Amino acid sequence: MKSLTMALLCACLLAACSHPAAEVSGAAKPERAPATGVASAAASKETAPAFAPPAESDIPAGPLGDAIRRGRAIFTDTSKYAPDYVGNTLNCSNCHLDAGRLANAAPLWGAWGMYPQYRSKNGRVNSFGERLQGCFRYSMNGKPPPLDSDVIVALESYAWWMSKGAPNGVKLAGAGYPKQGFKPPQPPDYARGAAVYAKDCALCHGADGQGQQVAGRNVFPPLWGAQSFNWGAGMQQLDNAAAFIKANMPLSRGGMLSDQDAWDVAMYMDAHERPQDPRYHGDLAATRAKYHDTPMSLYGTTVNGHLLGSEPAR
Amino acid sequence: MLRILALLALLAPLAARATDAATITRQGNGKGAAPCMACHGVDGGGMAINGYPRLAGLDAAYIRRQLDDFANGTRSNPVMQPNASALDANERAALAKYYSALPVPARFAKPPVAKPDASGERLAVRGDWSRGLPACVQCHAPGGVGVGPNFPPLAGQSAAYIASQLRAWQHGTRRNDPLQLMQHVAQRLTPQEVEAVAGWFAAQPLPAREGEP
Repeated sequence: MKSLTMALLCACLLAACSHPAAEVSGAAKPERAPATGVASAAASKETAPAFAPPAESDIPAGPLGDAIRRGRAIFTDTSKYAPDYVGNTLNCSNCHLDAGRLANAAPLWGAWGMYPQYRSKNGRVNSFGERLQGCFRYSMNGKPPPLDSDVIVALESYAWWMSKGAPNGVKLAGAGYPKQGFKPPQPPDYARGAAVYAKDCALCHGADGQGQQVAGRNVFPPLWGAQSFNWGAGMQQLDNAAAFIKANMPLSRGGMLSDQDAWDVAMYMDAHERPQDPRYHGDLAATRAKYHDTPMSLYGTTVNGHLLGSEPAR
Repeated sequence: MLRILALLALLAPLAARATDAATITRQGNGKGAAPCMACHGVDGGGMAINGYPRLAGLDAAYIRRQLDDFANGTRSNPVMQPNASALDANERAALAKYYSALPVPARFAKPPVAKPDASGERLAVRGDWSRGLPACVQCHAPGGVGVGPNFPPLAGQSAAYIASQLRAWQHGTRRNDPLQLMQHVAQRLTPQEVEAVAGWFAAQPLPAREGEP
């Protein structure tokens, strides 16, 4: 019953997207964690405490400070400082703005105290380090650094330091992207999204979505294609992308786009090919059923005449 | 038909002369546009002390749009508006191409050392997100070297010029920025920050050093 309600709700939201109706995929389908249910999230919104991270100048001296600074360096120049684990040209700070400090841009301080956490994405309780591994595997289209590697330890040090003084296990105001109650007035539309993209996004990200580079480095990151996040990343989900875009894009003008424009352009971005989901093993429909069984993912659906995921970018 | 051909034949050399960019930079166009080099220098490097910007090596489409915008008034400047208005479309295009092809003068590799001001560097490479200010280099590229036709280099420009432009964005006398990005950003800067950040970029070398933030 619950899944039927969800399916109907989703179908209403996204009637325009051509995708198979949400199917129950059997035993493999991960269950939603009780703690992240809609009701508890709604209740926590009213009481979510604010938090301000310490100033960068307060990073201590000494070996611990060195690890924190190294974590920051990895965060903002990921392929330079963690080259073995990165398969594209993105940096963590492309989506976690202000080096992971900015509210409503998935700040590190909003995540640190929420782990260990059960994640439906892999159906088990994840440590913070495992969550970081997921970032490398999907968003960075790379390989997970070992949990005891200096890369993970440095990033954990940076997140821990940034979260000093934050309450543990409490959803803070500004954590994640502001998805709560953020719905499209009308179902997202590819053609409208293309128009929004041309008007408000192509200036920086290029008409072809490949960003802009100087001396081989991204100034503006690619949004799809071989150098962007892969089909397993959180940002390929429309609700994540729409909320991020609404709150933060264009840089310095967050909130500029209407809710509808943000959803439409999120759909446009996420209806382009990108590197394959690393969990794909030859069957697109099966991969969708197992890992993308939500209207928030366009993977394995046909948009604008193309079956997404069928010709992943290399 | 013959008359048209004759007219074209008559006009062709005129048109060719009028769009000879190198001549305009030295002599003006004879129709009210002054020689560009009088302010922008023989090498296109500008005049730092007066805040006249470098043009050498800037993106052609960027220069072209600035000339057009001086002419149409979305970029106000008492000197450039009459000059740009006195240039026809072909001349503006030719001048943009001419200056974009000039090499960046060697002196910009070793710019004057700025007064150290930590707030300028912080705004340039970190921004101040508590006020919705991204780092300048997030759009103007690491080291402020610029990218594409819409995000011009800040390195290789004088502090006087950069500060004057930030104030122009603040006052609305320059309003030709795509998506009004610069008008919004500039509004959030204090007068001290305008000076500090302009000073920091003016002290950055062009081409950039390796590993510039």
